[in-house]
Amino acid sequence: MNQADFYSLLPIIVLTTWSALLLIVDLFIDDKKKGITAVLAAAGLALTMGLTLSQTGQTVIGFNGMVILDGFSTFVNTLLLFSGLMAISVAYGYIKRRGIERGEYYSLILFSIVGMMLMAQARDLIVVFIALEMLSIPLYVLAAIDNSNAKSEEAGIKYFLLGAFSGGFVVYGVALVFGATGSTAFAEIAASIATGNAETLLVLAGAALILVGFGFKVGAVPFQMWTPDVYEGAPTSVTAFMAAGAKIAGFSALMRVFATAFPDIAVDIAPVLAVIAALTMIVGNVAAIAQKNIKRMLAYSSIAHAGYILMAFAAFANPALRDDAISAGIFYLVAYAITSFGTWAIVISLEKEDGKGLAIEDYAGLGRTKPLMAAAMTIFMLSLTGIPPTLGLIGKLYLFRVVVEAQFMWLALIGILTSLISAYYYLRVIVIMYMKEGEPETVSESWLTFTWGAMAVLTVVLSLIPASLFAWASGALMK
Amino acid sequence: MNAVPVNYYIILSAILFTIGALGVLIRRNALVIFMSIELMLNAANLALVAFSSANAQLDGQIFVFFIMTVAAAEVAVGLALIVAVFRTKKSIDVDQINVLKG
Repeated sequence: MNQADFYSLLPIIVLTTWSALLLIVDLFIDDKKKGITAVLAAAGLALTMGLTLSQTGQTVIGFNGMVILDGFSTFVNTLLLFSGLMAISVAYGYIKRRGIERGEYYSLILFSIVGMMLMAQARDLIVVFIALEMLSIPLYVLAAIDNSNAKSEEAGIKYFLLGAFSGGFVVYGVALVFGATGSTAFAEIAASIATGNAETLLVLAGAALILVGFGFKVGAVPFQMWTPDVYEGAPTSVTAFMAAGAKIAGFSALMRVFATAFPDIAVDIAPVLAVIAALTMIVGNVAAIAQKNIKRMLAYSSIAHAGYILMAFAAFANPALRDDAISAGIFYLVAYAITSFGTWAIVISLEKEDGKGLAIEDYAGLGRTKPLMAAAMTIFMLSLTGIPPTLGLIGKLYLFRVVVEAQFMWLALIGILTSLISAYYYLRVIVIMYMKEGEPETVSESWLTFTWGAMAVLTVVLSLIPASLFAWASGALMK
Repeated sequence: MNAVPVNYYIILSAILFTIGALGVLIRRNALVIFMSIELMLNAANLALVAFSSANAQLDGQIFVFFIMTVAAAEVAVGLALIVAVFRTKKSIDVDQINVLKG
């Protein structure tokens, strides 16, 4: 091991150490002052983000090719650390209110982010698997952290059983790819497939199993059935983190694996991914229409958005479009992360004891009693639908452009039609907020207000200057 | 002495993996489902070791150690969750874990 090895993983090493120490420091913090733990956790994330940003533009391969630091990993890791900061910001007051404020909550978020960051830097299937489990195991615990509450426990055990099940598929897929190519390193797998030394059937079966495993993680149809239950049952602050963080990590791993390890079978896999993307968009958007609980509605909406991002993979079949597809995909992840954290912050503001205040009808009258909050919610709903002037629209434009250039006209058409369907249930929230009479009770917490306020501003402002953000995303190329 | 062909190991591991996957889908006891998942992981371990020896490479065998470690960590969290659910529900039948639906 030399300096370059450590440098390539420096932010991850710092964050791991920080979260392990935080677990010990937390023992000496009084139960009533767990806010200090939250601040320390956020400080760790901010420090790591500084280190990550200082590595911008560098490419280092470390640990004998097991991990890589490149533009893609820097971009995705910055986004993940941002998600972690937002996750702490929405959790700060909420878990105190729910009576589940424990020091380990913050350490678990940090450990999960370590796994997600490692995922973005993986250059070997062994690292992919370890990162997958490192990000998942803390999430299982977080989903069930409100123990003795039947809903939270149910969410935890469902997430655990299906997550472990999907982990089994990933591992078996890796075993088959290893058998066919004799290696677990992305570069060697790609070389072995390109020279025709690899047994094509085994490689395809392995790649399909890996795809199934990650399909579970990102909630793609037909592996989406756990998503609504887990999103509804888990404490809302955990749901917010899962919706953004786990999705970013899952998609960045899919992009990395299919772009660098399996470029030569992309032609075989792209049509399959296009069909999965179409089904995911249709099922997510259609099922969301019938939902009365806002957490369930947003869960189906997150499935639908997974479908939109999956469209980018359809363009992978054309090597000339691969970089465009990746930058459109990660741009959409940025848009989704910002919008969804804002939405969840508002959901948390309206949530009361025993899961009350989560019906969409409970938003009636918000436009009159809390005009600013209602305005922010309107922005988020427009952004999720893809109506200007929001970031969601710009994200969709970039995605649709790539899909059309890749000659998947039918897929772009389904994407546009399902966006129209989604307008029905997103705009319904706006209609209820402004047109219906009601007296919604909201909780005013400075961090929650900050989160939805800042996210609403970002959603609008970034949509006015999308070129600079997209240029940054386009610079985030894989080496 | 003739060595056992690598195909035999792979077929056995595929059978084990299928039994595990079917077990997850068919059985209703959370503990048995969990055991089936472990069977899937061990099927992958068998395949990795067999391929590793066929390819004369150590990567696969090293991976097996990682999988065993991760599986142990998963057992710790999984059993804790199952115990917590049992305390609340007095049952670990997944058909009765049905508060959330819609």
